[in-house]
Amino acid sequence: MTNSVLSKTPIVAALLALSSPAATAGEWDVSGSVGTELRTFFEKGTQPGQLDTFQPSLLLEGDVRWQSDNRQWDVVLVPYARLDGKDGQRTHADMREAYVRWTGDEWTVRAGLAKIFWGVTESRHLVDIINQSDSVEDIDDEDKLGQPMVEVSTIRDWGQLTAYVMPRFRKRTFAGADGRLRAPFLVENDLTRFDEGRDDDEDVDFALRYSHYFGDWDVGLSFFRGADREPRLVFDGTRGLLAPYYDDITQVGVDLQYTKEAWLWKFEGIVRDTPFQTFAAAVGGVEYTFYGVTDAGADLGVLVEFQYDGRSSDPLLAPQTIADNDIFIGTRLALNDAEDTDFLGGIVVDVEDGSMSGLVESSRRFGANWVGEIEGRFFMNTDADNLLYGFRRDSHVMLRLTRYF
Amino acid sequence: MFKRNLQNKLAAALAVVTLGFSLIAPVKADEAADKGYEIAARSDRSDLGFTSSEVTAVMTLTNSAGNTSTREMYFKTLEKENEEVGDKSLTVFETPRDVQGTALLSHAKILEADDQWLYLPALKRVKRISSTNKSGPFVGSEFAFEDFTSTELNKYDYKFIGEDEFDGMKVDVVERFPRYENSGYVRQIALVDQEVFQVRKIDFYDRKNSLLKTLTLKDYREYEGGVWRAHELEMVNHQTGKSTTLSYGDYSFKTGLQDNDFVKGVLKRIR
Repeated sequence: MTNSVLSKTPIVAALLALSSPAATAGEWDVSGSVGTELRTFFEKGTQPGQLDTFQPSLLLEGDVRWQSDNRQWDVVLVPYARLDGKDGQRTHADMREAYVRWTGDEWTVRAGLAKIFWGVTESRHLVDIINQSDSVEDIDDEDKLGQPMVEVSTIRDWGQLTAYVMPRFRKRTFAGADGRLRAPFLVENDLTRFDEGRDDDEDVDFALRYSHYFGDWDVGLSFFRGADREPRLVFDGTRGLLAPYYDDITQVGVDLQYTKEAWLWKFEGIVRDTPFQTFAAAVGGVEYTFYGVTDAGADLGVLVEFQYDGRSSDPLLAPQTIADNDIFIGTRLALNDAEDTDFLGGIVVDVEDGSMSGLVESSRRFGANWVGEIEGRFFMNTDADNLLYGFRRDSHVMLRLTRYF
Repeated sequence: MFKRNLQNKLAAALAVVTLGFSLIAPVKADEAADKGYEIAARSDRSDLGFTSSEVTAVMTLTNSAGNTSTREMYFKTLEKENEEVGDKSLTVFETPRDVQGTALLSHAKILEADDQWLYLPALKRVKRISSTNKSGPFVGSEFAFEDFTSTELNKYDYKFIGEDEFDGMKVDVVERFPRYENSGYVRQIALVDQEVFQVRKIDFYDRKNSLLKTLTLKDYREYEGGVWRAHELEMVNHQTGKSTTLSYGDYSFKTGLQDNDFVKGVLKRIR
C-alpha cells in the first residue's frame, strides 16, 4: 500500500528532469549509509507471540542529488529500507525524499515526496503535522514517511511563507504480531477508515506556514486542513483488531522561541477542530546550557518542559496521547570533541498517575565514516489507565553501528 | 626565537609604561590605543568592498598523540560595509558524512550577542541557538566560535605595542582586548605586516592571562580589488598540544549573494 506512493509523480518528474538536456551538466552527489541495529528487551512481552529479548535489524539509506549549473534546479532521491529480523511489519521501504525543486530569487517550488519539520520543543512535536510518523522505526514521532506534495515558498523581508498542497495520504506504520512496543491488539491498516467512513482518502490536504524572527524571538504560525496524521484506533470486536480512523481536521498552530544568553524559552500550541470536538494542546519550557563545564569545552544543557493536551480521553472520540498532562526533565552533555560525543537523558512523568518513561542516548563517531549509538528506553510505574501500560514490559536497550559512504 | 624576542619587547614596553606611569602614561596610553586602532582599522578596511565571498575549506584536527581527522566545509559571507553592523555568514559541512549538510547561520553583531541558527538535516530542523558560547570549541577543533565570528574591527579595544620582524616582514605588534561579553580571552597580540596590512599571527591569552593558543595565517594571496586572503590557518593550543589547520580553496568574490541568502529559511534548502 505505502509503496504505491513511491512509483508515481515524483519519480516521473525526476526522470523528466534528468532526461532534459540540462541534466548532462550539473553536479551529482551520491552518498548513503548502512547500519546494523540490535534491540535488547529486558522482559518477555505482554502478548503471546511477541519477540523475546533480541531484535536485530539492517538499515539502508541512499542519497542521490543533482543540481544544475546555475543552481536553480535540484533533484533529490532518498530511498530508505529496514530489514527486521523478527517483526515482518517493521521490514519496510520508503522514499523519504524524492523531489524536483526550482529555486528563484524570491520563490521556491518543489514537487514530490518531502520531509518538513515545524517546531521548537524537544519532548513533543506538537505543531509538526505534515509528515506521517513511521512508528515502527521508533515511538518518538521523529521518524517520518515521505509526504507527496507541491510546495510553494517565498522568502521576503517580512519572513518566509510556504503553502503545501498534499494530494496523497500516508498511513501510519504499526508493529506486527511479533513486534514489541505495540498495543495489546494489533492495528490492521487494511481496516483504515477516513472521514465519513470511506476506506480511501480522496481529499487533498492543504497547509500554510509562516516563519520569521524578530530580534531574540523566533516565531512560526501554521494552518492545516486535511486528514489527521494521528488515527483513532477503534476496536473491531468481530476481528479482534484495531482499525485506524483518520478524521478530517482543521488545525492552527503557533511555535515560539525566545533566545537570551544561555536560555532558550520554547512554546508550541495548537487548536484542533475534529468532527467530535475542538481542543487545545500545548508544550512549553526552558533549556539552559552551562558552557565549558570541562577544560576541553564540554557543554551541559538542562531542559524542563510541560505537556498539556485537552483532547477527549475516549478513544472513540480522539486519538489517544501519552502527553496529556506530563512533565519532561532532561539533560544533554556535548563533549565538543573531534568525535562529536554526546549524551542525552530524559524522563517524562504523568502528573496525574505517575506513569514514567525514560530515555538515555549517546552517540559518537569512530574514524571518518562510522557512528556508534546506544539508546535505552524505560517504562516505569505505568498506570493501567495510561497508554504506556501497553509498553510496560518493553523497556529495552538499542545498539546501532552505521557506516556512511 | 621570535617568541622570546616578543616577550623581551613586551617586558621592555611594560617596564617603560610602568616606570613612566605617573608622568606621561595617560597621553601615552591614548596614543598607543589610537595607533593600535589605526593599524587594526587599516588592516580591516583593506578588504572593504569585497561584497560577498564563497570558499571551500578543509579542516584538519590533530590531537596530542598526532592522530588526525578532517572535515570539509564551505563558507558564504555577506559583507556589511557599515562597521557598526557585523557580516552575515553561512558555514555548511560536507564531511564527515554523518553530519553532511549541517549548517550554521550567523548574523554577527558588534557588542550584542550574535544571532545564530543551526540546521540539522536528519530532522530537517532549524534551531535558533545561543551565541553565548563564544569560547567553546568549533566542531571539536582548536578554533573557538569567537575566532570565526569576532573578526569585526569594533569588537576590540587596541593598544600599539611596537614594531617587530616576523617571517622576513616588518610587522606592527598590536594588543587587542575583547569588548564583547563571554570571550575566553583576556587579550590577544596580533602581528600586522606593514606592506599589505594583513594579520600574520595572533597569540591568544586565556582568562588567567596564560598563553593559550597561537594562530598563524599563511599563504596570503591577492584577489581583484586588492582584497587579500590567507589560505592556510594554523591554530596551535599550547596547553593541550592539539592543533587545527584550515586550508582554503580559491575564493570567489561578488557572487551575487544577498541578504535573502542569509535568512533561516534558506537553511532548509541545504539538504
